Amino acid sequence: MIADIGLIALTIAFLFSVYATVASAYGGWRNRSKWVESARNASLLVFPLLTVSVLAIVYSLITLDFSLAYVYDVSSQAMSPFLRVTALWGGQDGSVLFWAWLMAGFVVIVLLRKWERDRELMPYVIATSMLTTAFFVGLVLFITNPFQHLWYQYGAPDAIKAVFQPANTTLYIPQDGGGLNPLLRHFGMIGHPPTTYIGFTGFIIPFAYAIAALITGKSRGDEWIRTTRRWTLVAWIFLSIGLILGGRWAYDVLGWGGFWGWDPIENAMLMPWLTGTAFLHSVMMTEKRGMMKKWNMVLIILTYSLSLFGTFITRTGVISSVHAFSKSALGPAFFTFIGLTFIGSIYLLYWRWDTLETEHSLESFVSRETVFVLQNMLFLAITFAVFWGTVFPLISELVTGTKITVGPPYFKSVTGPLFFVELLLMGIAPLFAWRKQTVKNLGKAIWQPFAGSLVVSIGWGYLHRMHPMSIIGLWLVAFVVFCILAEFWKGVKARTSSKGENPIQALIHLIGRNHRRYGGYFIHLGVILIALGFIGDSYFKQETQGTVTAGERLVIGNYQMRFDGLRGYPGSDGREIVEANLTLFKDGKEVRSLQPRRDYFVVQEQPVTVPGVYSTAGKDVYIMLLDWEVSDIDQQATFKIYINSLINWVWIGGFVMIFGTIIAAWSSPKQLETTYVLKPGMSTSLPAVQEV
Amino acid sequence: MGHNLKRKLILALLVTLASLYLATLVYAQGTTPGYPTDNDVNQIAKKLYCPVCPNTPLDVCETQACKDWRGQIRDQLSEGWTEQQVIDYFVAQYGERVLAEPQRKGFTSLVWLFPVIAALLGLWISYEILKGWRAKKQVTIPIVENSQISPEVLAKIEEEIRKLN
Repeated sequence: MIADIGLIALTIAFLFSVYATVASAYGGWRNRSKWVESARNASLLVFPLLTVSVLAIVYSLITLDFSLAYVYDVSSQAMSPFLRVTALWGGQDGSVLFWAWLMAGFVVIVLLRKWERDRELMPYVIATSMLTTAFFVGLVLFITNPFQHLWYQYGAPDAIKAVFQPANTTLYIPQDGGGLNPLLRHFGMIGHPPTTYIGFTGFIIPFAYAIAALITGKSRGDEWIRTTRRWTLVAWIFLSIGLILGGRWAYDVLGWGGFWGWDPIENAMLMPWLTGTAFLHSVMMTEKRGMMKKWNMVLIILTYSLSLFGTFITRTGVISSVHAFSKSALGPAFFTFIGLTFIGSIYLLYWRWDTLETEHSLESFVSRETVFVLQNMLFLAITFAVFWGTVFPLISELVTGTKITVGPPYFKSVTGPLFFVELLLMGIAPLFAWRKQTVKNLGKAIWQPFAGSLVVSIGWGYLHRMHPMSIIGLWLVAFVVFCILAEFWKGVKARTSSKGENPIQALIHLIGRNHRRYGGYFIHLGVILIALGFIGDSYFKQETQGTVTAGERLVIGNYQMRFDGLRGYPGSDGREIVEANLTLFKDGKEVRSLQPRRDYFVVQEQPVTVPGVYSTAGKDVYIMLLDWEVSDIDQQATFKIYINSLINWVWIGGFVMIFGTIIAAWSSPKQLETTYVLKPGMSTSLPAVQEV
Repeated sequence: MGHNLKRKLILALLVTLASLYLATLVYAQGTTPGYPTDNDVNQIAKKLYCPVCPNTPLDVCETQACKDWRGQIRDQLSEGWTEQQVIDYFVAQYGERVLAEPQRKGFTSLVWLFPVIAALLGLWISYEILKGWRAKKQVTIPIVENSQISPEVLAKIEEEIRKLN
């Protein structure tokens, strides 16, 4: 009954979203505001309708309505209510619906907030975003419908999945369901998928504005950029959080002691993040200098297509991966939609190419403009390298018939140097002035952070002299951090001397006066801290594996682990747990007792490794229980121990990034909207008084 | 003449030392108690991917099949196989897909080549773009089409902005 209501709401939502797309496009084309308003009303209704659908599924998941195939697939008696709710996005059908629901929600926010402001763009903003929504709702309705029932045909080996009753069948209602994939039964389930989806769908709004600007010819002006600026930042931070939470989840659950494995799904998320980051920067060039308008378009089109591509890869299993739960009929539909929207967008861009001319000339090659162009190009190069490595196994199989693997060694050695230069540019870009910069001034600004970073990295590197390559990485981190701190220092100094404020006041006012700039610096700081985590992972990671009997010890670095015994007990969610009791020693002194476990999910016949972790700012000691043997006389167990150096800086960096984004996105009415740069050399010398 | 002899002697000495060193290495490897350890096995398994599971390195894969493959590597090592021999064996047996790092030959070399070409191309494009901007005359494209604001007012606004800066 409830499920039927959900299905009806879903069907109406599909009709409305198709109608909204057509009506708004027609209204915009023929200048009929009645049509546009009607489209707007239809769009506003899609979200509540989809909400009904989502609630119907959630209700069915919680109450275990096993007449629905989806509930049977992802929910079960043993699962807690919390997990039953998260099962909404735990399987393919539910997650596509969830995606469409978020998308429709964003459209509502845009329509309510921006309706008055961007009248001319609005018809095509609606058309573009509702076309995407209609596509996803259509997928839910026709291909991955979560309201399908199971039907039993006499004599057939398997039940048939269908919405309506096929001939000669009876409704089949199982007693219990399969339940969520055990790897998904984790608290991270509440964070990683929703944030990722918000990031993916969030980028569709700036894309819709870009397309509207192209169609209406408003691409000449930059209004669409100003409107979507904060929007883009919010979508971007959600995608960033999604990436970081995904890493954290992998670290806690997947049991390989790392947080980033260059898996196709991770790459699929990374690519729109890379182009989205490039877009965040290229729009600054347009705002400040009227440059890179074509780039903005290219980047937002890429980000949109890559967001869809990311969803496509995750949901269709086209590239085999630990994440892709099933192969499905989604593939061709996605492929067609991505192809058509991409070609359509590129055609529009080509058509309006002349409206996107740069307004100013470049005064000097030594200027922030140059750095911006280079960093944007690097983002694209990294994106290409990641894309190429991700799809190459497919290409290889198509062309030569040989299946190959493109694993982490490829991604590390190809993107490593590019990321290195990118991060370096991140550090020095603020030292370049807009328009032109004398080399002398640049040297003046650079030498202190440079000298400081040399001292730090030599000292630091000396402690790690067995990994000479790491010194370069540590130098980079130190240099970028000093460059950023120097920017804060200069601003604070200017205020303390000119306004007589104390340093804390000065810092707060400095940030308040120009929150986008200093918020951006905080984000940069977060990024470089994450880079520090990657450096630790690349150079300082240690591992050992061994089998010990109770009472014996395993040694790694200056740590020792004593195995004290095993115990087994039944856990929640239908799992059998075997837990090892360990005592960890550092330099011979006892620091902590740890309990790594192996949870065996009986129904799914799947084990999940839960590590025991001793975590400090410098390193994690990460212990996994791999195997055991219990006899009458003694207990034997095999452990794998990782020392993950600096890994916590990834999470800390994530928090710093969120903090920076909050500052940057904070709206302040006093802020002067126009930040066009008219005079050369003004942005580095006196940041405090630059813009007001 | 004497000079030449000296050189030959030094060379001979170096060769002897080098071969002694190598011999020690091999010897050490062969007789270390407990060789091959789990770590020796993982060292190689890390460079291989599970031939049947999707995208899982062999050293962390937890299926029974993978455990057996690790056991096989252990047996091969204890029989004196070198790392390269083990890897070659796995490639011959299960195909190129077991290699974590794609090969640098044949069609597969394209995976390495294209990103380098792309990066260089990107650098060149950046240069061309900047050069284009450099050569560009300063023209201000009117931001608002059919603007209602008169040129005088616009000029005044521009002046105000300039003052603010």
